[in-house]
Amino acid sequence: MDWQAIWLSVRLAAATTAILLVVGLPIAYWLAFSPRRWKFLVEAVVSLPLVLPPTVLGFYVLLAMGPRSPLGALYARLTGGMLPFSFQGLLVASVLYSLPFTVQPVTAAFGAVDRRLVEASWCLGVSRAATFRRVIVPLALPGIATGAILSFAHTLGEFGVVLMVGGNIAGVTRTVSISIYDQVQALNYASAWVTSLFLLGVSFVVLALTYALQRRIWTVWPAN
Amino acid sequence: MAGELICHCRKRMSSGFEIDARLRIALDDAPVTVLFGPSGSGKTTLLRFLAGLDRAAAGEIRFREQLWFDAGRGVNWPPQQRRAGYLFQEYALFPHLTVEENVEFAATREVAQKLLDDFGLRPMAQSKPRAISGGQQQRVALARALAAQPALLLLDEPLSALDAGTRTRMSYELRRLLLASGVPSIVVTHDRREAIALGDWMAVMVEGAIRQIGPVREVFRRPADLQVAESVGVENLLPAEVLSREHGLATLHVGGARIQCVDSGEAGPVFACIRAEEVAVTRDAAQVSSARNRMEGNVRTVILEGALARVELDCGVPLVAVITAQSAADLDLREGERVAAVIKATSVHLVTHPLLQ
Repeated sequence: MDWQAIWLSVRLAAATTAILLVVGLPIAYWLAFSPRRWKFLVEAVVSLPLVLPPTVLGFYVLLAMGPRSPLGALYARLTGGMLPFSFQGLLVASVLYSLPFTVQPVTAAFGAVDRRLVEASWCLGVSRAATFRRVIVPLALPGIATGAILSFAHTLGEFGVVLMVGGNIAGVTRTVSISIYDQVQALNYASAWVTSLFLLGVSFVVLALTYALQRRIWTVWPAN
Repeated sequence: MAGELICHCRKRMSSGFEIDARLRIALDDAPVTVLFGPSGSGKTTLLRFLAGLDRAAAGEIRFREQLWFDAGRGVNWPPQQRRAGYLFQEYALFPHLTVEENVEFAATREVAQKLLDDFGLRPMAQSKPRAISGGQQQRVALARALAAQPALLLLDEPLSALDAGTRTRMSYELRRLLLASGVPSIVVTHDRREAIALGDWMAVMVEGAIRQIGPVREVFRRPADLQVAESVGVENLLPAEVLSREHGLATLHVGGARIQCVDSGEAGPVFACIRAEEVAVTRDAAQVSSARNRMEGNVRTVILEGALARVELDCGVPLVAVITAQSAADLDLREGERVAAVIKATSVHLVTHPLLQ
């Protein structure tokens, strides 16, 4: 097994999940509670990675990060490095690619929180931010956990976007799925077998965990 | 003016229902104001305007010397700033927190602990809301609202989630707690008995507008118009005509009879409002003193309702009397029998005919 690739994938997935929790929760909050009529447009944009071919997403991300784009130029000026074919570039692409996997379950969980509990907190003089932290997040915890787990698993297995944006540099951008692809290309089926089985196992465990959370096999907060 | 809540809110809902409510409450005279009206009359919407949970399209809300809302000047204080404690119908206790944590949610520990003791919640302090009864949940919700030291309390049908048996007892308990808190309260209800048990003042809302506001007994005795009379449960609303007015008394033509009532300035076609419990029934019409009104008629039905009996008479117009079951038994009323209904002149209240409004 290509432990270096597995370790890289785990680091990428963990970092992506962490960023998505920071970025995705406010988006989900807005989608769940905003009265704006045009929010369906934002929902559509957030969900694009679900239907877009990874190569298309990867292509645009690559262009947007390139040294000739304003974003890429800014990054180069700030850090002296370049985003494409780097771990950081991979991270940016992964966050975009897994965004719906965090935002959708969390939005659903926020939407399921009884609106009156939120209003009760406001009427008690508790600010919107504190209400979010003390009422909405605790009550939506199973949904947030689901979003985090799905994003982690999805990043762990991504292929197309990684290949487009990161290429195939050992220890930098060669993730576990690319490693499998390499092994198959090299007709090294025995290694591909083992690594694939590993990913299969991880995916199964993750999904089992997610569904168990949704069915409250373990209570995240006591359901009384 | 200090010490007043002044509210004028207008909004057309997407359903087409229009709310246009004017309300003025002298907070010191009326510790508990009941916002009364049939369901769908806009009571909860008005309460949400006051709390800042919904926004009216036009109008303004002043609470003491604070301007909470002014559509024209773009003023709209958020609920946090208004500090109006709001009790939801199903209490909306935080399910992930214990009773103690709920009460402490927006309060200092000392205040919360004192309320837990005062409200008798100590034995269940560590329970989750779902593990306690509806009446206990109500007390927790009230304690939680008071712990945040609100300037005004808004209660939306606070007793509707309780079963009928405990409701009456809880309404007196609730009034006691509200008075003890010293916080002026507005209580929404559509139940007449609750309104009487809870309120000092009463505002009657019909079709999105406040039709009458005044002391509870006054509103029940002297409803301002036909719809208010209907909603406060005046059983007898009889079309009548004022024939003459003299010496502070008006003479009416009702059905086939002439009756007298206190002259309140109406003339021509009116409706005579007579509460069923103000109608006495007798066989011996001749013995009735002349100061009282008599309407002779036939007994249509007698229905026993616990300790009371509801007697429906046909006096040219249908007339309902509610008398004690004991006197109904003593009278031994039978259907079709000729009896007389006796009504004091002061028990007849006139409202303008809706066609003349």
